[in-house]
Amino acid sequence: MIDWLTPYIDPALDVASWICFIIGGFYLIVGSIGMIRLPDFWARLHGAGVVDTLATELFILGMILQSGWSIVTIKLVLIGVFLFFTSPTSTHAVANAAWLAGIRPKNMKQQAPLTGNQEKSS
Amino acid sequence: MYEIATLSIFISIVLILVRLFLGPTLYDRVLAVNSFGTVTVLLIGVLGFLTGRPDFLDIAILYALINFISTIAILKFFRYRALGLDSAYTDESIDASTPDDASQPTRSQEIPHD
Repeated sequence: MIDWLTPYIDPALDVASWICFIIGGFYLIVGSIGMIRLPDFWARLHGAGVVDTLATELFILGMILQSGWSIVTIKLVLIGVFLFFTSPTSTHAVANAAWLAGIRPKNMKQQAPLTGNQEKSS
Repeated sequence: MYEIATLSIFISIVLILVRLFLGPTLYDRVLAVNSFGTVTVLLIGVLGFLTGRPDFLDIAILYALINFISTIAILKFFRYRALGLDSAYTDESIDASTPDDASQPTRSQEIPHD
């Protein structure tokens, strides 16, 4: 059953890797454009989230499909798992620090002032 | 295939650097540095595959680790203006009522920021 499949495995892996790289590159550029074009720090977090998680995991998946079964695959899986957990954590840390520093979204209603003397962004 | 991936990574790096240099607030720049580190990890891996010798992935793992730790350290420095715990305690702008609260700040605890 496997024998007739063997000449098709490598082109299929190439095609899958192409798809991963192209979609990953699309999301990478779209997220970077979003980090420039979006009007607010809280809106730019979304662009950074797209770059940090989706595009990165797609690129690493494409590289995993090209590397076969070797030590390179294990290293790529390690990088993927680590980035999958730490990128949302660091994005949340930046957002939490910005919130505590008094930066607020642009169209947000005025709340009671925080206990900081940092200037408000609104 | 890898050329197109490298090209998109370079375009993304240029756009992130634009945001890094014209970010109006401090936290825009921290966010841009974090994304820049993540994209650099990708660039190291893809360049290894492009040259046919994917041996630089150890450096990519190390860079991912250092990127996360440095982001957390930079944010802690921005908040406390010090990296050590002793300096954070002796800072007069922080009400260190209990020692655990100063080392692990929560959201409900309103610490005045510089």
